[in-house]
Amino acid sequence: MKVLMFGWEFPPLSSGGLGTACYGLTKSLSKKGVEITFVLPSASDINDADFVKFRSANEIKNLKIRKIDSTIRPYMTSENYSGYMSQKSSRIAKIYGSTLFDEVYRYTLAAEKIAEEEDFDIIHCHDWMTFGAGISAKEKKNRPLVLHVHSTEHDRTGGHMVNQYVYDLERKGLHKADKIIAVSNFTKDKIMKHHGVPSEKIAVVHNAVDFPQNCCEEQMHLKGRDRIVLFLGRLTLQKGPDYFVYAAKKILEHEKNVKFIIAGTGDMEPFVIEKAAELGISGKIMFAGFLNPEEVEKAYRTADIYVMPSVSEPFGITALEAMKNKTAAIVSKQSGVSEVINHCLKVDFWDVDELSNQVISVLRYNPLQEALKENGYSESRKFSWDTPAQKCIDVYNQLINKG
Amino acid sequence: MVSVCFYFQVHQPIRLRKYSIFEIGKHANYFDDRKNEEIIKKIAGKCYLPANKIILDSINKNNGKFKVSYSMSGVVLEELERFAPEVIDSFKKLVDTGNVEILDETYHHTLSCLHSKDEFKEQIGLHNKKIRQLFNCRPKVFRNTELIYNNEIAKTAEEMGYKAVLAEGADHILQWRSPNFVYRPKGSGSIKLLLKNYRLSDDIAFRFSEKNWKEFPLTAPKFAGWVNKINGNGNVVNLFMDYETFGEHQWEDKGIFEFLKHLPHEILKHPDNDFVTPSEAVKKYKDVAELDYPHYVSWADVERDLSAWTGNHMQQEAMKEIYNLEPYVKLSKNPALLDQWRKLQTSDHFYYMCTKWFNDGDVHKYFNPYDSPYEAFITYMNILSDFRMKAGKLGEIES
Repeated sequence: MKVLMFGWEFPPLSSGGLGTACYGLTKSLSKKGVEITFVLPSASDINDADFVKFRSANEIKNLKIRKIDSTIRPYMTSENYSGYMSQKSSRIAKIYGSTLFDEVYRYTLAAEKIAEEEDFDIIHCHDWMTFGAGISAKEKKNRPLVLHVHSTEHDRTGGHMVNQYVYDLERKGLHKADKIIAVSNFTKDKIMKHHGVPSEKIAVVHNAVDFPQNCCEEQMHLKGRDRIVLFLGRLTLQKGPDYFVYAAKKILEHEKNVKFIIAGTGDMEPFVIEKAAELGISGKIMFAGFLNPEEVEKAYRTADIYVMPSVSEPFGITALEAMKNKTAAIVSKQSGVSEVINHCLKVDFWDVDELSNQVISVLRYNPLQEALKENGYSESRKFSWDTPAQKCIDVYNQLINKG
Repeated sequence: MVSVCFYFQVHQPIRLRKYSIFEIGKHANYFDDRKNEEIIKKIAGKCYLPANKIILDSINKNNGKFKVSYSMSGVVLEELERFAPEVIDSFKKLVDTGNVEILDETYHHTLSCLHSKDEFKEQIGLHNKKIRQLFNCRPKVFRNTELIYNNEIAKTAEEMGYKAVLAEGADHILQWRSPNFVYRPKGSGSIKLLLKNYRLSDDIAFRFSEKNWKEFPLTAPKFAGWVNKINGNGNVVNLFMDYETFGEHQWEDKGIFEFLKHLPHEILKHPDNDFVTPSEAVKKYKDVAELDYPHYVSWADVERDLSAWTGNHMQQEAMKEIYNLEPYVKLSKNPALLDQWRKLQTSDHFYYMCTKWFNDGDVHKYFNPYDSPYEAFITYMNILSDFRMKAGKLGEIES
């Protein structure tokens, strides 16, 4: 079986869960004999040589990566695209679209060409920026189209200031697709509610977590006698870093030897830093910035508790990654991952009191922390990418046989 | 001759209110009055009242030949008195027939037998007093929380004057023997042992509505047929189960009340069958052998051990902490404090912390107020921290 896959990030050039998910999924698909051509935007200011050296891509047989020269980056909004372009030389600016949406259009046209050249049985697209590409590929070659939804515009914006262009493109794609894969029931419900897609058109395929053989054992050198509570994610409305800071304030009123790490960058970073200062807890919060994969593992290992206070989290692979590193996890109930894990604590993202109650309880009651670490670790081991890969293959087969 | 001995367990814990870490030291109410009222009223309507009515009718219809026994925890009696007193009245009516025996247990439905013999005996004494007050009768047979039993429990029960004690007819103890006889506990004098026939009991309690069970649907004549087969190779069939089986665990629309209604008559159709209460059983039948229960056995789960309450470190820690407070609470001579301390010992609080089955997302037990065992532990420990401060004002407690 040959799959033409459109994505927008892939390790090591990735900054979020989408890249991790695409990597895990394609690796398991290829193991099961599926041949994949993965089409990826890549700006020409990224060295070609780096691109060919992609460790991850070379590890996977049956996988061919085709890049489209484009400035599209994952998690980009139209505002920060303009900012990004304004920093570029006028020569670069002439090559690429002046707005994010022009650029997505350019990507779509380029994808059409690739579709013409490639031979494939099925098209599989990851998230809205690739939906246009998927639709044109479907129209060119008349192959079934699968759209994999890792997040919707409603998740990314927390339901406020939904971008009409993105929403429309998302909606158009979802209605043209032959089948939709949602990463959770939480996301499936959103697609049904906000896009009016019927239930039977959507398959739910939960993400998984990779278990590399040589996880690093090392921790960060900052622990001292303090216990560590970790936030790790983009600093955007969707991820709820503000709730983390409010909870930190409350926790510090009751517990002394505890510090907080906020790892990640994003448009809310200034707000979060200022808020911490305003609350008088700057000395207890460390801003770690964007972490590379090794540093991420280290951060989990350093932390006693990982908190994912997302306002709207389609899945939330980081929770599984924390559990895999034997860190007690507290996750928002407004997340896909909370549907599939039991050995963690769950909280409504807005309930700062309850979140603080849970964090303090884990810090105070040792048997609780031990139970969450050990049972969480065992539970995370049950998530293998083979399961979601097989479910995707089942979806492919259904569509091919139907056609 | 084969006698059928029914014993129904009536118990509901006084559930805890979600108690936040920020309430420690505020000495707020530990118990969720609203939820407890809601649940007790629901069970009264769906189970206790309709089941009591059917049993009363059966006693009257069968010329006094139908008999049953109950064990009711002190805490459920308190809740019934408070929220559904009509249930107490209907139990009184049943006791008044003379065909219903009430058994003793620990008032607060606790695992005190594992921690403090003094406390264990006091709680049994409190229960005995409560039963005498409410029903004007003095229990002669003892059953421990969740049928937790070993040789020591029998000894203690005998010391306290009980004639018999109930236990699980666990395979690993019985081996080739049958649960359908009266036994005597190892190391005791004349006290007798009645063993639950778990196959027949569970056919009603667990499998009744199970569509995949090969005996589904279970009817009263079919069940009576199984009892009849014991004729000639057993004396007494002990059917022990939660009373909530009727109408709560097995729903009315699955026919459980019809089954209960017809069973007495079907069993009595065979001229050699009758019904007995536990006291009558040990009077009527001689014990056939001595049985050794060196380790604790309960009626819970396939393991039939204590792991549902003491299997993980959270449970062990919570239990250790509450029982560590015994000398301080007792020294205080403060009845309210003592009462709260005992209500915090109710076994269900620890049961909710069980992680054994949680892998499948199976929230343990009916009416579990928590989403996870971790939440149960947090609430319990927060309350315990508050309670310790309360008790600490009176005695000196090292943290």
